[in-house]
Amino acid sequence: MTTLAPERRGSSRRPAAPATARVTLMRTINSEWVKFRSLRSTWFSLLGALVVAVGLSFLFTSLHGHEIATRGASAARGGFDPVQMSLRGLMLAQLATGVLGVLFITGEYGTGMIRASLAAVPHRWPVLAGKAVVLAVTTFVIGAAGSLVAFLVGQAALDTNQLGVGLGSPGALRAVLGGGLYLTVVALLGLGCGFLVRNTGGAIATVFGLLLVLPILGEALPSSWSTVNEYLPMNAGMQILRTTAANGSLPPWTGIGVFAGWALLCLVLGLVTLRTRDA
Amino acid sequence: MWSANMIEARGLTKRYGDKVAVDDLSFTARSGVVTGFLGPNGAGKSTTMRLLLGLDRPISGSSTVNGSRYADLAAPLCEVGALLEARAVHTGRSARSHLLALAATNGIPKRRVGEVLELVGLEDVGRKRAGGFSLGMGQRLGIASALLGDPPTLILDEPVNGLDPEGILWIRNLLKDLAAQGRTVFVSSHLMSEVSLMATDLVVVGMGRLLAQTTVAELTGHGPAVSVLVRTDDVSALATRLSGAADAIDVQGPDTLVVHGLTSREIGKAAAQAGIALTELTPRLPSLEEAFMDLTRDTVEYEPHTAVLA
Repeated sequence: MTTLAPERRGSSRRPAAPATARVTLMRTINSEWVKFRSLRSTWFSLLGALVVAVGLSFLFTSLHGHEIATRGASAARGGFDPVQMSLRGLMLAQLATGVLGVLFITGEYGTGMIRASLAAVPHRWPVLAGKAVVLAVTTFVIGAAGSLVAFLVGQAALDTNQLGVGLGSPGALRAVLGGGLYLTVVALLGLGCGFLVRNTGGAIATVFGLLLVLPILGEALPSSWSTVNEYLPMNAGMQILRTTAANGSLPPWTGIGVFAGWALLCLVLGLVTLRTRDA
Repeated sequence: MWSANMIEARGLTKRYGDKVAVDDLSFTARSGVVTGFLGPNGAGKSTTMRLLLGLDRPISGSSTVNGSRYADLAAPLCEVGALLEARAVHTGRSARSHLLALAATNGIPKRRVGEVLELVGLEDVGRKRAGGFSLGMGQRLGIASALLGDPPTLILDEPVNGLDPEGILWIRNLLKDLAAQGRTVFVSSHLMSEVSLMATDLVVVGMGRLLAQTTVAELTGHGPAVSVLVRTDDVSALATRLSGAADAIDVQGPDTLVVHGLTSREIGKAAAQAGIALTELTPRLPSLEEAFMDLTRDTVEYEPHTAVLA
């Protein structure tokens, strides 16, 4: 349409948009990747998650491995899960990935950047989708790597008392990859809450209220209601880290599925907020 | 086509709770000129701009940019460049990364980022974090974001805010040049003096309502002067001479009169016929400031209560 238009007086040229210029989901994902990697806080959070996951794994396995070994095999073997023990650090590492997910969006609301983002992508949903994809892929890769290193370090520490197991032992590989999945779901839960609440402090409180406070409240439920506890976010999600079955818990894959459902619910609520509320 | 490059608002209305921010606002900003969007603080200028950009949703009414609803633009950054009042930049990110991220969404080539950084004079600090920028540098980065897609329409909220005199001159010329290229340039300001230096058209608002869609020339009145200042050594003789014809005559000093209702030509002739020597004869046009104050007098929201202070 522009090439046929006659040149108007005073206009030296038509600053036409390149024919290829248009917003697409892939481009928005790319944009979110540029945003994600260009903030120092991203890398501090991910590094923090790695250090905590591996460091605590070493600490737990060294201390407990020694204790189990000295107390004798028969007494300790009952509830002992060497794989889960080496992945304990993830329970603290989740704080870092949860905050990472929150900040990825509340940082934009806090600084006003969100208005530039939404003016560039007026349909809005690709911004949420782009952030979710970038966050999920990055957190899974780094989380699974951290989980693997934590496993290897932990098993090496346990092995000094001949308690370690290999990746080939039943459920070990699932638990290690599950560690990456668990951290990813926490990050997405944070992202969803961030879109919903918009404010960093409020969103962080919401995420960790869901993760850490709900199970405590769940304890107060009458015993006839106790199945509810199995479906609370963290109770469900952390089952993927076990290789021994626990009573009153969901199976590993069902558990992580339920956990992902919680994150999905927060993301959907966040999307509705994003689409309907003023920026 | 250039002729389609305009901003149109029809009956825009926005409320926040009980407070009406924009009230049935309709106006047009055409291409090829700078249109000043004027109003006192709190008049609804920023809200209107957010409505134009689809950031806020109107309760009723609609707006189009280049003939389309903003949300329907396939590549909005290549159609409309916007500078928003509060800096819309993440403080932890470098200017360059900020622009790269925005460019990526619309498929704008990366080299354009370098071009706009150079255009606004930020090429040396492009890799520094935007959080460390001065207000003026922040405004320049905002202008760079607005120009990223080389858009035919620009919507700029208070672009001279925080700029030093050199920066103000730069932006004034930049906006005039952009308009001269045929673009639509819509600029909000609460400073009459600033707008009068760059705008041709005016949209004046107060308390969310349209007070006037006019031009700078019209508002300052190419029409008759409202009064004429006359100096003469013989004040009383001149006053007597004019008293029949003039609407009112104020004696403002031993040698100064302000005459209402006569043109300077009529006063000059009358003085000549009476043989009275005039030392000064100055028609007083209303300044843009006065015209603006007249228009917005009843709508200033946060008027200081001088009576209380006195």
